Amino acid sequence: MSSAAECTAGAVSAEERFRYLLRLADTSLVLGQRLGEWVGHAPALEEDLALANIALDLFGQARLLLAYAGQVEGRGRDEDQLAFRRDAPEFFNVTLAEQPNGDFGQTIVRQALLDAWQVELYHSLIGSTDEQLANIAAKAMKECRYHWRFSCGWLVRLGDGTEESRARVQAALDGLWRFTGELLTPDALDAHMASHGIAPPLALIRSRWEARLAAALEEATLRQPPPAYFPWHGKRGVHSEHLGHLLTEMQHLQRLHPGATW
Amino acid sequence: MRPGLKFLYHIRLGSVHMYTQALDSCGTEPPSVAPAGEAERERQFQERIDRDEKIEPKDWMPDAYRQTLIRQIAQHAHSEIIGMLPEGNWITRAPSLRRKAVLIAKVQDEGGHGMYLYSAAETLGVSRGELMAQLLAGRAKYSSIFNYPTLTWADIGAIGWLVDGAAIMNQIPLCRCSYGPYARAMVRICKEESFHQRQGYEIMLTLARSGTRAQREMAQDALDRWWWPSLMMFGPSDVESGHTAQSMRWRIKRFTNDELRQKFIDATVPQARFLGLSIPDPDLRWDEASQHYASGPIDWGEFQAVLKGEGPCNRERLAARRAAHESGRWVREAAAAYADKHSDHRTGTGPAPGYAQAS
Repeated sequence: MSSAAECTAGAVSAEERFRYLLRLADTSLVLGQRLGEWVGHAPALEEDLALANIALDLFGQARLLLAYAGQVEGRGRDEDQLAFRRDAPEFFNVTLAEQPNGDFGQTIVRQALLDAWQVELYHSLIGSTDEQLANIAAKAMKECRYHWRFSCGWLVRLGDGTEESRARVQAALDGLWRFTGELLTPDALDAHMASHGIAPPLALIRSRWEARLAAALEEATLRQPPPAYFPWHGKRGVHSEHLGHLLTEMQHLQRLHPGATW
Repeated sequence: MRPGLKFLYHIRLGSVHMYTQALDSCGTEPPSVAPAGEAERERQFQERIDRDEKIEPKDWMPDAYRQTLIRQIAQHAHSEIIGMLPEGNWITRAPSLRRKAVLIAKVQDEGGHGMYLYSAAETLGVSRGELMAQLLAGRAKYSSIFNYPTLTWADIGAIGWLVDGAAIMNQIPLCRCSYGPYARAMVRICKEESFHQRQGYEIMLTLARSGTRAQREMAQDALDRWWWPSLMMFGPSDVESGHTAQSMRWRIKRFTNDELRQKFIDATVPQARFLGLSIPDPDLRWDEASQHYASGPIDWGEFQAVLKGEGPCNRERLAARRAAHESGRWVREAAAAYADKHSDHRTGTGPAPGYAQAS
């Protein structure tokens, strides 16, 4: 499934649909897990609450998408089996989502880059030929719009705040920008989904995402980094080193007590 | 987003006592002897309280009443904030997505309660920034219970069941507290708080009644470790507690520490039985004569030590709050600087409420 040759030109198979759904589900799940690390440690109480709120939304999206993916797969795996019993190469989140929190600036940059992507993606997915996915997207899109308001608001405040905050947030942007290519560059599965109207063409998402980011960065007085060479492939299961550690922590009880209910 | 960002309105169970417990043990200023006109005002004030009228922020009130409330509400608020840490410790490791979501929502509620309570304290003339500074400087008290570690997942169940359960015992009477803003906050809080307690008990049910042997052992171990600290949450015994009488006269407090503790024991012992778990107290027995459970002695030495900062996690809890505050300083400064630059024409991206004072 990870190469163009494996994507059949004809109908969408259950396996293909399953994999595509996991890209969306795992991105929300892994990003939510990262935000959960913040709870109790944010720069102010208001941000603690906001980050927890966003994490909650993301877990809600992940649960709907994983449950649906499990149905599509047809092997009886539920949301928890999919979340807690897969290893890193079986996760298909975009690589950006698993990057460490860093300081608040880095968390905000990661969030803004992904929020802008999710807003546009879910907005388009509302028109998906996959009715169940369209319904999930309608709910997720409303949430992601709030997330973007939060992250973009902070991006602007930090960028146009003090000298220190601008330097920190610019450094975070420079460090994370290299992961954005993956969000916007279609591979065979993306193209296949688009050709069947299940997902939008990523070229469309790219132009809208770029416009959204350009406006935000301008208001934040931040410099857009140049495109990076290395293409990351988290959405094909090839991740950065960080994901394995995140999963080790997240999955440890389920793995220690196989078959137990909680 | 959760509908309406309702986190602003919740308050956590585990906190009030902390409040009262420290008040009782550390002492408040005794009400000063009022000068002539003052004595008449105090008499009228007491009459209002005796008539069960609510005291509102702009009403005259004795300074000792104000100071008692500030300390109690602030201690309650601090406990909410510190209480986020032991439970937050399990967010990344919660064993199912449903449990994870419920736990995040609960911890978020606690933060919301903290904010709501700081606002109630502000009606008495003290700022959130000032109260926060006292906490970080180690000059403010919070509930001793949060200085115990959460070592297994069952601790999350035990906290909900026991700690939130104990807090409810204290908070229900506070809904009738004489100070209006505090009483109204508690009404709102209590409506939501019993929810947390049920969630905690449900975790214990799952572990103890339908769990594996390892899960049952985990549940018993959690009860063993949290039982006595939960009883201590009610504060010192009535004979030791010098300030209960005044607080009761002001109707800030409606029941004594021992009365509330007994209520909690009576309610909780049958719940433990239903779980098939044993309470770690060899002296516990039903007393026919009093129609209450009789229980063994509490180790007040441990309680005092934890209050003095010698509990297992006092250092870690304060260190975590200080670290968050310090590493967030540049963020708060940036928000303030941005707000200064754009104060004339921007509303959507200004700093969040409370920012300026929180630096």
